[in-house]
Amino acid sequence: MTRPMSGPTVELESDKCVASGQCVVAAMQVFDQDDDGIAILLDERPAPALLDDVREAVAVCPAAAIRLVER
Amino acid sequence: MVVGASAAGLAAAETLRREGYDAALTLVGDEPHLPYDRPPLSKQVLASAWEEDRLRLRRAEDLAALDLDLRLGVAATGLDATGRVVRLADGSEVPYDGLIVATGVRPRRLPGEGAHVLRTLGDALTLRERLTPGRRLVVVGAGFLGAEAAAVARRLGARVTLLEPAAVPLAHAVGDEVGRVLSQAHRDRGVDLRCGVTVTEVTEDGVRLDGGEIVEADEVLVAVGSVPNTDWLAGGGPRVADGVVCDAYLEAARGVYAAGDVARWYNPLFGTSMRVEHRTNAAEQGMAAARNLLAAPHARRPFAPVPYFWSDQYDLRVQAYGHLRGHDEMAVVEGDLAGRRFVAAYRTGDRVSGALAVGMPPKAIRPWRQAIAAGAAWGERVPVPAGE
Repeated sequence: MTRPMSGPTVELESDKCVASGQCVVAAMQVFDQDDDGIAILLDERPAPALLDDVREAVAVCPAAAIRLVER
Repeated sequence: MVVGASAAGLAAAETLRREGYDAALTLVGDEPHLPYDRPPLSKQVLASAWEEDRLRLRRAEDLAALDLDLRLGVAATGLDATGRVVRLADGSEVPYDGLIVATGVRPRRLPGEGAHVLRTLGDALTLRERLTPGRRLVVVGAGFLGAEAAAVARRLGARVTLLEPAAVPLAHAVGDEVGRVLSQAHRDRGVDLRCGVTVTEVTEDGVRLDGGEIVEADEVLVAVGSVPNTDWLAGGGPRVADGVVCDAYLEAARGVYAAGDVARWYNPLFGTSMRVEHRTNAAEQGMAAARNLLAAPHARRPFAPVPYFWSDQYDLRVQAYGHLRGHDEMAVVEGDLAGRRFVAAYRTGDRVSGALAVGMPPKAIRPWRQAIAAGAAWGERVPVPAGE
């Protein structure tokens, strides 16, 4: 996958995460969970094709712990 | 126009902008606060672990970027879906081309004065001030909200009595066996859990049971479910029956869509109408309603999600996918109930309709979500127990 040099970046506040895993359901190429369920950011500058999935993750995160900064 | 400025309404407004709607967008909310998150109210906020600023769903600059006509602290009081106008409590009238109803629910109450409810930030801050060590709290209703509040109150050192009309708390939602596991967690922590008792009113000294007995309390929290905020829609166009009645596209009347706790829609994945009062559904449904409102008729998509909820009680993390209500069978497919670490699968008809995990890593339940989304046959996923 080509990685854009610029473009929107994903911010994850792990200390707000409530381990629901909804971000992984929405965008599994961008998020994963550790064994306690806490979200892990796999790709802080996802390819354009993944951005709609990330926006879905931002919206469904029950802890509002994810932000997509559109630069 | 979006009426309701919580998780569903905010998601709808954001999606309208993202999908290219660039004309006037009014967002109305009856609370004075900027959009905030409710699940932490009965958890981190009640426990004083989080303060108000952590609940904000979006930063001020992100909200500003949406270029909203934001009307906070004012309720919608009437709808004319023919003339396409919403009336507000301040006397103003807002015309619209498209409307998303996301007015949520309010707590059901009991006769009598002085009881707490737990729905808004104000409710949570008021209750937590009173939950000092040794204080006697009676919680009426052992659903998820009541159970979470009871758990926090015990941690804070309050003496807690939890009163539940059903024989087993949460049995209608998660089944008898899982309901009993969660009940035992409360009893282990010293909660006086009494099942099969009906509270008729709140009194000065506590609550009165239907047999006349008074259960004394310093504070009473009533957590006996909620009522959809649909009064303002009366006679306005959309049909109301325990929520705003929508089709599979979330449309309630021409040009009117609904989302969140208030919306009752036909979920084609489960072949039934449902109303879901869970946080992730609110956001997903707000997005879906916004997309369908803007889409050409042939481009609309049915809203067919796998609902998800979670609940924290003491050190137990409960997570569930699917539509568990009215299930025919539950089977423990991993771990065991007694150890309070398990995954349970739920059958409705011949399909896997739900899954619930307690104390398990997320990877344990994720395949079950996929099974539910795929409408997997029960017999293919759940082994028949030995001896049958």
